[in-house]
Amino acid sequence: MGQLVQARTGTGEPPPKGTMVVMAGESPAQYLTFQLGGEMFAVGILNVKEIIEYGHLTEIPMMPPFIRGVINLRGAVVPVIDLAARFGGKTTQVARRTCIVILEVADQDLRSDIGIMVDAVSEVLEIPSSEIEPPPSFGARIRADFISGMGKIAGRFVIILNINNVLSVEEINMLTGVTDYRPDQLVPG
Amino acid sequence: MDELTNVYIQESREQLAEMEAGLLRLEQNPDDGDNIDAIFRAAHTIKGGSGVIECAFIEQFTHRVENLLDALRNGEASVSGALATLLLECCDHMGRLIDVLAAQQPEPDAQLVEHGNALTGRLQAFLDQTAGTGAGSANLTVQEDEGTVESSGGGVVDTDAWHISIRFGPNVLRGGTDPLSFIRFLGSLGEIIGIETIADAIPSAEEMDPESCYLGFEIRLQTKSSKSDIERIFDFVREDCDLRILSPQSKVSDYVRLIQELPEDTLRLGEMLVRCGALTQAEIDQGLRDQKQTTEVTGEETPPPLGEILVGNKVVHPEIVEAAVTRQTQVVEKKAREAQLVRVHADKLDQLIDLIGELVIAGASANLLALKSRNGELVEATSVLSRLVESIRDSALQLRMVQIGDTFTRFNRVVRDVSKDLGKEIELSISGAETELDKSVVEKIGDPLMHLVRNSLDHGIEPVEQRLARGKPACGRVLLNAFHDSGSIVIQVSDDGGGLNREKIRAKAIERELIQPTDSLSDAEIINLIFEPGFSTVDQVSKLSGRGVGMDVVRRNIQALRGTVEVTSAEGQGTTFTIRLPLTLAIIDGFLVGVGKASYVIPLDAVVECIEHKNLAGDRNFLNLRGEALPFIRLRKLFEVEGSPPARESIVVVQFGGQRAGIVVDQLMGEFQTVIKPLGRLFSNLRGISGSTILGSGEVALILDVAALVNIVTRSEEERLLTNRNSASPQLAYTGSSTFVSSGR
Repeated sequence: MGQLVQARTGTGEPPPKGTMVVMAGESPAQYLTFQLGGEMFAVGILNVKEIIEYGHLTEIPMMPPFIRGVINLRGAVVPVIDLAARFGGKTTQVARRTCIVILEVADQDLRSDIGIMVDAVSEVLEIPSSEIEPPPSFGARIRADFISGMGKIAGRFVIILNINNVLSVEEINMLTGVTDYRPDQLVPG
Repeated sequence: MDELTNVYIQESREQLAEMEAGLLRLEQNPDDGDNIDAIFRAAHTIKGGSGVIECAFIEQFTHRVENLLDALRNGEASVSGALATLLLECCDHMGRLIDVLAAQQPEPDAQLVEHGNALTGRLQAFLDQTAGTGAGSANLTVQEDEGTVESSGGGVVDTDAWHISIRFGPNVLRGGTDPLSFIRFLGSLGEIIGIETIADAIPSAEEMDPESCYLGFEIRLQTKSSKSDIERIFDFVREDCDLRILSPQSKVSDYVRLIQELPEDTLRLGEMLVRCGALTQAEIDQGLRDQKQTTEVTGEETPPPLGEILVGNKVVHPEIVEAAVTRQTQVVEKKAREAQLVRVHADKLDQLIDLIGELVIAGASANLLALKSRNGELVEATSVLSRLVESIRDSALQLRMVQIGDTFTRFNRVVRDVSKDLGKEIELSISGAETELDKSVVEKIGDPLMHLVRNSLDHGIEPVEQRLARGKPACGRVLLNAFHDSGSIVIQVSDDGGGLNREKIRAKAIERELIQPTDSLSDAEIINLIFEPGFSTVDQVSKLSGRGVGMDVVRRNIQALRGTVEVTSAEGQGTTFTIRLPLTLAIIDGFLVGVGKASYVIPLDAVVECIEHKNLAGDRNFLNLRGEALPFIRLRKLFEVEGSPPARESIVVVQFGGQRAGIVVDQLMGEFQTVIKPLGRLFSNLRGISGSTILGSGEVALILDVAALVNIVTRSEEERLLTNRNSASPQLAYTGSSTFVSSGR
C-alpha cells in the first residue's frame, strides 16, 4: 500500500523540492560545517547521525594518538577519532565547545558508527554543486584523497571531507598494525 | 524460494547427516536392524519430501537408493565395505542434488547427472546380485503379520478397514505443509471409505492463531497396503503429528488403546467412542438421554458421568470406559511432554541475548545506586534482582550453547574416506564431545579443524610399513579433544604419527626466506613456522593437502575468532595442535580493577588470587609467591598511564594454559558481570584487549586478554634482550625503568 502511494506521487506532480528524491543520485546538497584548528570543514549531512558533548571517554592503550578512545553511545561502544591528529597535526585540546560528531561510514558491506572530535560545530549549510570546486592537488595541508571538494561560502573556502577515506577502517587498521608489538602480525585483507 | 522448499532443504540435510552417521555405524555393526531401519527412514523421508515439493530429480535418485536399502532391510543383501562406500557416495550425491535445489536451479548440470547415472548403475549391480528372492525388485514389501487374534481383550471389532487417527501438530501449516495433501496421497493407496475432521482443538476465535493447525482426522481406509506403507505417507510430518493406525479386524483392546492415546481433552466420551467405531450413534443417543433424565430427577449439579450410564446400559465394555476416563486425566501431562523441541530463528535468540545484556548493565547500575543510598532494604531487593538476572543470563546463554560433539563426529567420515584413499589404517577417537561452546564459534571452527585433521591424516600418520618398522601398532590414531580451561575453550587435534621434522622445517624456512640461516630459533619457534603463509614441506602435492595454503589459513581463521593455535610435536611420536578460543560469549563474569582513572575487567575464570604489592624493587618484574617465582606485568607501565602509582598497589594472580602471572593494578574493585561489547573492526589489530564493557556508571571499561598481554610483554622483553646484545636502539617498549619506584610499604 505504501508503495502504491509512493508510486502515485512519483508519477504525478513533481515532488516538492528538498526531499530525498531530489538529492538521490547527486552529492548531498546539505553539509554540516565545523571548526577544527581554526579552519572550517564540512561533511555531508547524510553521514551525520548525531552530535554529542565531549566527555566520558575511555582511552584505549597501545593505539596511535589519533584514536582518542571509545564512548558509550546508549549501549553501543563507538570509537572516537581525533581528526586533527589524523590529518597529521597535533592532538586536539579539549575545550568548552569541543564536540563529538557521530558519523556513519561504510565498512566493507556494513555500516559502522565512528565519532570524530571537533573544536566546535557551526551550522548546517546548503551548498549547491555549482559552488563546489575540485580539491587542489596540494596546498590544503591535508591529503588530497581526504577532500571531496572545496565549497565556496561567502567568498571563503570550506573543505568538504571525503569521510569514507578519512575514516577508512582498512587504512586505520593498517596504521594500528604498525604500532603492534607482535612482529608476526598479518595485515588483514 | 518458497518456505516449503526451504524447510525441505533444511530437514533433508539433517536427514542426510543422520543417514551418513548410520552408514558409518553400519560398517561396524552390520547386523544392527534398528540402524538399518533408521537409514532407510532417513532416505525415505528425503524421498517423501521431494515428492511433496515436486522435485523429480531428487525423488528419482533417492528412490533407487531406497530400493537397495530396502533389500538390505529385508536381509536380501548383505553389508559389505563396498556397499557402504557406495551408499556413502550416494549420500554425497543426494547432498549435491539438494544443493542444486537450494541454488534454485531447475535441473542438476550434466556432470552431476552423469555421476548420478553411474551411481545408479552400481546400485543396480548390487540389486542384481541380491536378485535371488525377488528378481531385483525391492518393491515387494513383506506384509507384516498383524492379524493374530489373542484370546483376551474381548471380541473383534466388526470392520474390515484400516483405521487411521491423525492429529496434526500446530506447526504443520507454519512448516509449509498442507494436511490435505497427505489425505489426497492416502487416497492413492486405496479407497477412503470414511473421513471425519476433528476440529475440537480449535480455541475460541480471539485465542486462535490462524497460522496454527488445530485439525485432526479420523479416516477409514480400505487398502491392500501394509501398515508401513501407510505410515510412510506421513513420514514428512512425523515429527509434527500424532499418528495412530489400527489394522482391519483390530481387537477391542486396540481401540481401548487408541482412546487412551487420543489427544482431544474436550472431546466428549460418547463421540470418542463413536469415532473409534466401538459404538453406533443410536447407542450413544440412548446414553445421552439417560444422562439427561437422571439430572432432571435428582436435580444434582453434576450428572453421573456419561461413561457410567453407558456401562449401566451395558452398551460399552467397562474396560473401554475406564480407558477413556484415565485418558482424560492424563491429557494435561501429555501436553507437557508433546512440546519437546522448538525451532527458533537465530536472530531472535541474538536479540534476546542483547536485551539481557542491557538488563545486566541496567541491573549493575541500579545496584550501584542502591549501595550509594545506604538503604538496607533497597540493597537487599536489588541483590535479589541481580541474582535473578544472573540466572536469566545463564539460561539465555545456554540457549546458544551447543555441544561440539556434532562437529567432531563429522570427522568420522573424513577419517574413514581419507584413510581408505591413502591406504592407511587410521582410527579416530573423540573425547570431550559434550564440551559446550557458542553456536557461532562452532560454525566457524569447522573449517580450520578440517584442515588440521586432514593434515594429521596425510602428513602425520605414517604408512603402515613405516609404523610397523618403528614398532608402533599398524593402526594410526587421531584424537579430537575438547575441554574448558580458565574461561577459554581448548580444542586439540593430535596424532601418533611421525611428528614434525625440525631440520626439514628449518631448511624449508630458509629456502623460502622466512628465516635467515644465522637465526637461532627455539624448537617451539621452528615448528610454529608451519603456520607461515606458503609453507609446506611435502615435496609432492597430494589431493588432500600439501598445497601450502592450509596452515596459514587455519591460523588466520582462528585469529579471526580471537583465538590462538599452537603446535607441539615429538619426533617419531606424534603431533598435537592446540586451538585456544577466547570467550566470545556475550556475557562473562569479570573482576574489575582500576589503573589510574581507567577501569579494566579481567575474566574472573582466569583470576586465581589477589595479593598486596609491597617492597618490590623498581626494576625487578617477578616476586616470590610461596616459593614460586611469579612474573608480573605493570599495567600502569604497559599502558603508559600518566601519573604516579598510589601508595598501595595490588597484584592480581592470573592463570591461563597452565601458566601463571601477576598483573599489577592500582585498585581492586571486585566482581562484575560483564557484557562483552566488541570493539569493532577498527581495533582488530589490538592485542591484549579482548573487548569492552559498559559499567554501571555508563563508562566504558576494557576487558583484558590475559594470555595476549603476557605474550606482548614476553616478546618485547625478548626483543629488548636481543637489541641490547646487538647494541641497537634502546627505545623499545618494556624496559625496566628507574622512574618507576614502588612506594609500597
